Amino acid sequence: MFDIKKISEKISSLFGAKKEQNDTSVLKTMEEKDMSRVNRTQRVVQVLVKIALYAFLLTMAVIVLFPFYWMLISSVKSLEEYNLSVPTLFPEAFHFENYVEGFKTANLGQLFLNTVFVGVVSTILSLVITVLSAFAFARLEFVGKNALFAALLATMMIPGELFTITNYQTINDFFGLKTLGNQIGSKFLQEIGNWQNTYTVLIVPFLVSVFYIYLLKQNFMQIPNELYLAAKVDGTTDIKYLWKVMIPLAFPTIISITILKMMGAWNSYIWPRLVANDDAHKLITNGLRGADFTVDSMVHYPRQMAAVAIVSLPLFLVFLFFRKYIMKGVSRSGIKG
Amino acid sequence: MAEVLKKIKFEKWKGWLYLSPAIILLLIFTVWPIFNTIRMAFLEDFNTLQASRGAVFEIGFKNFEKVIGYKDFLTCLGNTMILCVLTVPLSTILALVIAVCLNSIKFLSRFIQTIFFLPYVTNSIAIGMVFAAMFNIVGSFLGTDNQIVQTWGIVNEVLRAFGMEPINWINSGSDYWANIWVMVIYIVWNALPFKILILLGGLQSVNKQYYEAAKIDGTSRIRTFTRITVPLLSPMIAYVVITGFIGGFKEYSSIVGIFGDGMGPAGEKGKLNTMVGYIYDSLSLHQGRASAAALILFGIIFIVTMINLYVSKKKTHY
Repeated sequence: MFDIKKISEKISSLFGAKKEQNDTSVLKTMEEKDMSRVNRTQRVVQVLVKIALYAFLLTMAVIVLFPFYWMLISSVKSLEEYNLSVPTLFPEAFHFENYVEGFKTANLGQLFLNTVFVGVVSTILSLVITVLSAFAFARLEFVGKNALFAALLATMMIPGELFTITNYQTINDFFGLKTLGNQIGSKFLQEIGNWQNTYTVLIVPFLVSVFYIYLLKQNFMQIPNELYLAAKVDGTTDIKYLWKVMIPLAFPTIISITILKMMGAWNSYIWPRLVANDDAHKLITNGLRGADFTVDSMVHYPRQMAAVAIVSLPLFLVFLFFRKYIMKGVSRSGIKG
Repeated sequence: MAEVLKKIKFEKWKGWLYLSPAIILLLIFTVWPIFNTIRMAFLEDFNTLQASRGAVFEIGFKNFEKVIGYKDFLTCLGNTMILCVLTVPLSTILALVIAVCLNSIKFLSRFIQTIFFLPYVTNSIAIGMVFAAMFNIVGSFLGTDNQIVQTWGIVNEVLRAFGMEPINWINSGSDYWANIWVMVIYIVWNALPFKILILLGGLQSVNKQYYEAAKIDGTSRIRTFTRITVPLLSPMIAYVVITGFIGGFKEYSSIVGIFGDGMGPAGEKGKLNTMVGYIYDSLSLHQGRASAAALILFGIIFIVTMINLYVSKKKTHY
């Protein structure tokens, strides 16, 4: 006997299953179609978004670059062309003599030498101090180490302007030496006490940077202590160990510090203007801002722009060659120069 | 035995030997100034000239009262505040948008990134002079009957190309807000590179899984930005905002770059002077007042930083 019920159930289940399968496959194809449509619209949206992204970024890049472009084209224009009622976006003729005149007017040669001297000397001395201090904090155990380090970090919170007022007094009359020299009539003491218009005043007050000590200390700490102990067992002196092991291993940080310190000398304005205004010690930013480009009672902007371009060029060259180090140093410091 | 003990004792103090150059310089140029500045700020009308002649100064708050009562100082404080309030949010938002865009492209991204970093490696005084030239109107007698204007300057020419009236941005007789906007544009231009660098660095370290999850959920781009990117970046945003405010309250050389030491358009000396400018102006004659102003500046920076830290602690997501 056939169990019709069962068979019909089976058939219906089969059928139903098939129907279901059919349904799902229909659904699937529909879904796929939908998906592909979604994909297509998504892709279109994606492309549009990409175009918008590039359009935005390139527009911003043009705006960011425009001042540089304006500086360069203005620097080679003649004064007549610069002063045209409708400015030209590209110079009609290249007047490179503006560079010669701008260089002469702002006395850039002397300023350049002064600045490079101050930059190099202060960078070297500052590196020596920073390396020794970072080494002491990273490797040595001594009484009061943590308290001292905390105190150093605390000074970073205070704005530099607060120091400048007293430092200005200090360099005018170094711990009363000038006053004493005046009283007892000693030329020597008067000279030692007064730091105005010297290289010392441009170099010494800024030799210690707590931030650079901190940066290098962190770097030194990554070097395993076992190396130091092994070197000690071998009887290597600290200085030799520093020179042969620590400095080579921390070299990228040292390059970053060097570049930022040199750029700092190149860009420093406030302190040099306060304390060094004679030709022999004036620094380049101060000299450039103070230079008078007036010709026939009119500012000769092309010459001024040429001088600005000359001052900006070394910075760009350094950036071109040391981009990685600068960006790394900057991203960790958050300070300019 | 005695020698070994001596050596151990030396080892204990050797660190101080290595630190001695740094410590001596810090004592002279950092620690002493802190005490001396506080001392001078609370000695009424202190100045070095009279002090060297043996004058005695009373202790009190007179320097602070005088400084706060000065019209010049209030101008400086106002200028600094306005510049801060305008430039910090503007540059942060713009930098955030640029960083997010840079992070979502591959082709040319390093090249464009380098372009955006360029303003950082400039001399802010030198490029300030370029901005001044771009906004400068060559000619004189502006706004009078016998007006002689040779060239309106490139910025005004762009405005004129869009059919707008040229604006006297920085020349004599210019409007205060025109001056401020020039400064805002220059300061934002100058501040962008650092902020983009930090924010982009933050974006690149964000776990990609969050974005994939958002994509699967079909989250819109704007929602992804406000609900994922911004919260995950909040520590970096807090960092650039805090450093931005600290830098903003110390604004000085960018104004010198555009307006020169006069800190204002020709004939209006000190119109755009700032807190730091005020300190430098009174530095050589009125040390007591300069010190009081420096302490006020320190106080403001301290309070603003604390507020920022407090807000970011509540809002940041670590």
